[in-house]
Amino acid sequence: MTKVTMTVNGKTVSGEVKGNTLLTEFLREDLRLTGTHVGCDTSQCGACVVHVNGEAVKSCTMFAAEADGAEVKTIEGMANADGSLSVIQQAFQDYHGLQCGFCTPGMVMSAAALLKDNPKPTEAEVRDYLEGNICRCTGYHNIVRAIMAASGQDVPAVAAE
Amino acid sequence: MPKDHGIGASHKRREDVRFLTGAGNYTDDINVHGQAYVHFLRSDMAHGKINSIDTSEAEGMPGVVRIFTGADFEGVGGLPCGWQVTDKNGDPMKEPAHPVLAQGKVRHVGDPIAAVVADSLEQARTAAEAIVVDIEELPAVVDMAKALEAGATKVHDDLDDNLCYDWQFGTDTETTDAAFKNAAHVTTLELVNNRLVANPMEPRVAVGDYSRANDEHTLYTTSQNPHVIRLLMGAFVLGIPEHKLRVVAPDVGGGFGTKIFHYAEEAFCTFAAKACNRPVKWTSTRSEAFMSDAHGRDHVTKIELALDADNNFVGVRTDTLANMGAYLSTFSSSVPTWLHGTLMAGNYKTPAVQVNVKAVFTNTVPVDAYRGAGRPEATFQLERVIDKAARELGVDPIALRRQNFITQFPYATPVAVEYDTGDYEATMAKMEELMDIPGFAARRAESEKNGKLRGLGVNCFIEACGIAPSNLVGQLGARAGLYDAATVRVNATGSISVMVGAHSHGQGHETVFPQVVAEMLGIDESMVDIVHGDTSKIPFGMGTYGSRSLAVCGSAMVRATEKIINKAKKIAGHLLEASDSDIELKDGQFTVAGTDKSVAWGDVTLAAYVPHNYPLEDIEPGLEETAFYDPANFTYPAGAYACEVEVDPDTGKVTIEKFVSADDFGNVVNPMIVEGQVHGGIAQGIGQALLENCAYDENGQLLSASYMDYAMPRADDIPHMSNYVVDHSCQTPCTHNPLGVKGCGEAGAIGSPPTVVNAVIDALHSGGHTHVNHIDMPVSPSRVWAAINGQ
Repeated sequence: MTKVTMTVNGKTVSGEVKGNTLLTEFLREDLRLTGTHVGCDTSQCGACVVHVNGEAVKSCTMFAAEADGAEVKTIEGMANADGSLSVIQQAFQDYHGLQCGFCTPGMVMSAAALLKDNPKPTEAEVRDYLEGNICRCTGYHNIVRAIMAASGQDVPAVAAE
Repeated sequence: MPKDHGIGASHKRREDVRFLTGAGNYTDDINVHGQAYVHFLRSDMAHGKINSIDTSEAEGMPGVVRIFTGADFEGVGGLPCGWQVTDKNGDPMKEPAHPVLAQGKVRHVGDPIAAVVADSLEQARTAAEAIVVDIEELPAVVDMAKALEAGATKVHDDLDDNLCYDWQFGTDTETTDAAFKNAAHVTTLELVNNRLVANPMEPRVAVGDYSRANDEHTLYTTSQNPHVIRLLMGAFVLGIPEHKLRVVAPDVGGGFGTKIFHYAEEAFCTFAAKACNRPVKWTSTRSEAFMSDAHGRDHVTKIELALDADNNFVGVRTDTLANMGAYLSTFSSSVPTWLHGTLMAGNYKTPAVQVNVKAVFTNTVPVDAYRGAGRPEATFQLERVIDKAARELGVDPIALRRQNFITQFPYATPVAVEYDTGDYEATMAKMEELMDIPGFAARRAESEKNGKLRGLGVNCFIEACGIAPSNLVGQLGARAGLYDAATVRVNATGSISVMVGAHSHGQGHETVFPQVVAEMLGIDESMVDIVHGDTSKIPFGMGTYGSRSLAVCGSAMVRATEKIINKAKKIAGHLLEASDSDIELKDGQFTVAGTDKSVAWGDVTLAAYVPHNYPLEDIEPGLEETAFYDPANFTYPAGAYACEVEVDPDTGKVTIEKFVSADDFGNVVNPMIVEGQVHGGIAQGIGQALLENCAYDENGQLLSASYMDYAMPRADDIPHMSNYVVDHSCQTPCTHNPLGVKGCGEAGAIGSPPTVVNAVIDALHSGGHTHVNHIDMPVSPSRVWAAINGQ
C-alpha cells in the first residue's frame, strides 16, 4: 500500500492505495465521490473524465498513485462557490444536454477542458473533441448545442447558417 | 405561443441538477455495509459439455466467502420467459431451461459457469482464475439457416431441433397467394436486420441484501421495471413471496430495452446474500455486458411486395428467421411475433399481409427487445422493399407511398391491430417541406462537383406503443398484464407525492408527470414530486418500455388525480356549504359556481387531514387515491423521415448530410423532452445503419465485445444542427387515453435505419451503380465499396 495525498475539489485528501488502484476507484470508493462514472473498460466511453492539474484525464486510465500531489477536479467540484450550476452545467440543463445522466459528468468535464483551450469552438470542433465521450441517450445534438451555448455563441444563429 | 407551464411546456428537467453535480444515485453508487463482491466465471467457448468444475484450490484463496456452481441452483427455478408464443400448428413454443448458473452445458460465450463471492472484487477475480473447469467443446451453431438444417448440432439436447417456433400470422395463405398470382408486379428483397447491443452507458449492477431479522430480501438493480423483476424472480426463480422481497431500481443510466429483462445476476445476488448471510454486489464490466446483456434485432428476412397495374399494394408476404440466442430471454419470443408481425401493414392499405417467422436457437447471447423491438425490423423490410419497387417501376418513392397510404380511421389491418387515428399525408407533407425536396437536385449537383454521390432516402413508419390491453396480450400469450398504476398522495399542506409504476431512466418523468398533475389541479408544479423505482414505495407497476410511460402510467396518474379532484370537491362543498356538483376547480381554488365563494387547495387538503369540520359521515379523512389503468388499445405513433447522404465512391464512406423527421406523437406534454427522445432514437438508428454490428465468427466467438470493436455512434457521426430538424407538429391525438398521447421513445430508432439505407442506394444509383439494390447494415465503407465494385 502506498500513501497518496492530493487536492480534490480544493480539499487536501490522503489515502492508502495499492499500486494498481485506479484513480477512478480511489475517487469513487475511497472518497465516495460517485459522480465520476465507469462506463467501459477500454478507455473509450469518457464517463470517468476528471481534471488532473487542469487537463482532462480518463480516470480509469490513471493509477491513483500517479495522481499523488496533483490537483484533481471532479464533477462534484464544478458548481459555483454558492452551489449554483456553473455556466457549462447550466447550459446542459437549458439545452437538455442530458437524459439518463450517466455520461454527463464526463461530458461536462470534457466540455470544460475544451472551452478552456478553445473558448469559441466551431460546431465541428465540438463534435471532434467529443470523440472520447460516448452518450447513448441524447444523440449528441443537445450536448453540442449546450457546449456552443456555454461558449457564449448564439446557438439558434449557428443552426440557421 | 409555447406554453410556459403545465401540459405543453418545455420545462427544464428538475432531475438534471443532481446529474450535473455528481449527486445522482445509481446502483453502483450503493454499497451496503459488510458487502461482498461476486465475480462470474463465464464460458469462453460457445458450446460445450461441462465434465467437471474443481473449485477446491479457489475456495482456499484469500478473501473467498463461497463459490457457487450450477449444482447450487438445482431445485431453484430457471429464468422464465414472459410470453408463450403458439406456433402455426397450435403447439406451444419450445421453452428450454435457463439456469441461473450453467448446468451440464455452456451454450454461449459469456454463459456463467461459476460465481466467486469474496471480500473484495480483486480477490473474487483472482480466485476465479484458480477454478479448474473441464469443458468438452462442442460444435457451435451460429448461422440460423444452418441451425435449422437436419442433423445440426442442437443447442438444447432435450429438444428435437433448434426451432423454437414456426409462426404464421395475418392473411391466410390462399388469399395471400391469390394476391401475388394476380399481381402486375412483385418486388422481392432479402435482407438482414443486424444484431445490435443496446449499450446503455451504465452497465448492469445488482446488489443483494438479506435481513435475517425478518426474512426480507432487498435487491438493488439497474432495471426498467422493478415490479416485474420482483414478480419473475420471486415467483418463478427463487420462490420468495412479494412481501418478503423488495426491488429497488434507483437512478438508472439508460435502458433501451435491455434492462427490462430478469437476469441471472439479479437472481444470483439475491440468492447468495441469504446463502452467505452477507450483502453481495455485482457490477458488470463493459466487456461482460457485451456477452451477458440481451442483444437486439438479428433477423434474416425475405419480403415480397405485390402491386397491381396501377401500383396499388395488393400483397405483402414475409419470411423471417429470428435469432433467439441460446436461451429465451424474458420477452424474446414476443419480439419477432406480436411486436413485429402486427406492424407489417405499415402505413399502407395493403389488403393481404402474411407474416412467417421461424425463431431459432443458436449458440449466441440471448436476443430480446431493443429500442423499437420488432417494429424497426418490420419497418426496415417494408420500407426497403417499397423503395426497391419504386425503382423497379420507375416511379417516385414518395408518390408510391402516398398513393397507398391509409387515409380512413379507425383502420383494421390484416395483421390484427386497429389504428385509432393518424394522418400520414400530414407528416409526409411536413417532411417534404422541412427537407426542401425541390432543392435536392441542386444539392446533388454540388456534391457531384466534389466527387461525391448524393442520395435522398425517405421512409414512413408506424409503431404500436403503450402496450397494451391486458386481455388482448393475454390471448396472445403474454404471461403478465400490461396495465400500470399510480398513487396520488396529497399531504396535509397540499404538497403531493405521486407514486408511479413507470420507471425513468433518462425519460424525465420527474419533470413531465408533475406537469400533468399540476395542470389538472391548477397548482404549482413544485408542489408535486414523483416517486418511482422502489417496490416498497409504489403500489405496482409494469415499468417503462415500448414508449408506454405517459400513455399507460400517465393515464393511471390522470385517473388517480381525477379521484382526488372528486373527493376534494366533496370536502370543498362541505366547507362552502354547497353541493359538490356545484364546485369548480380552477387555478387551485374551489369555487361555488356562479358565486365568489371559494376555498383554496390548501384549505381542502388540510381539512382532509384535520377533519374537524368535515363530512365524516360521507367520506373518509385523508386524500390519497390509487388508479390502475389498462389501455383499450395500443397507441400508433407514425411519421415520415428523410435524409440525404453523401457517398465517397472511392472509399465507400457514407456521411449523413441532412436529416428530417416529421412525427405524429399525438399530444405532447414536454416538447423539449420529446425532441430529445427523437434525437436519441435517430442516433441509435444511424448507428445501426452505418456503424454498429454485433459480430460472431462461425465458431460462436463474439468478435465485438468492447468499444474497441463495436462502433458506437459518436458526436461527429450525427448531422450538424443546421441540417437536422426533428418535428412533431403534426398531432392526431390518441382517441382512447385521457391525455391523447402516443409515445415517442422508440420512433427515431424505428424510422431512421431504412431512411439512411434508402438514401445510400439512391446515391449509388445516381452514380450509375444500378446493380446495387441493397446493402445490409451496417452500411460500412467496406460494404459500400464492395457493392460498388461488384464484390
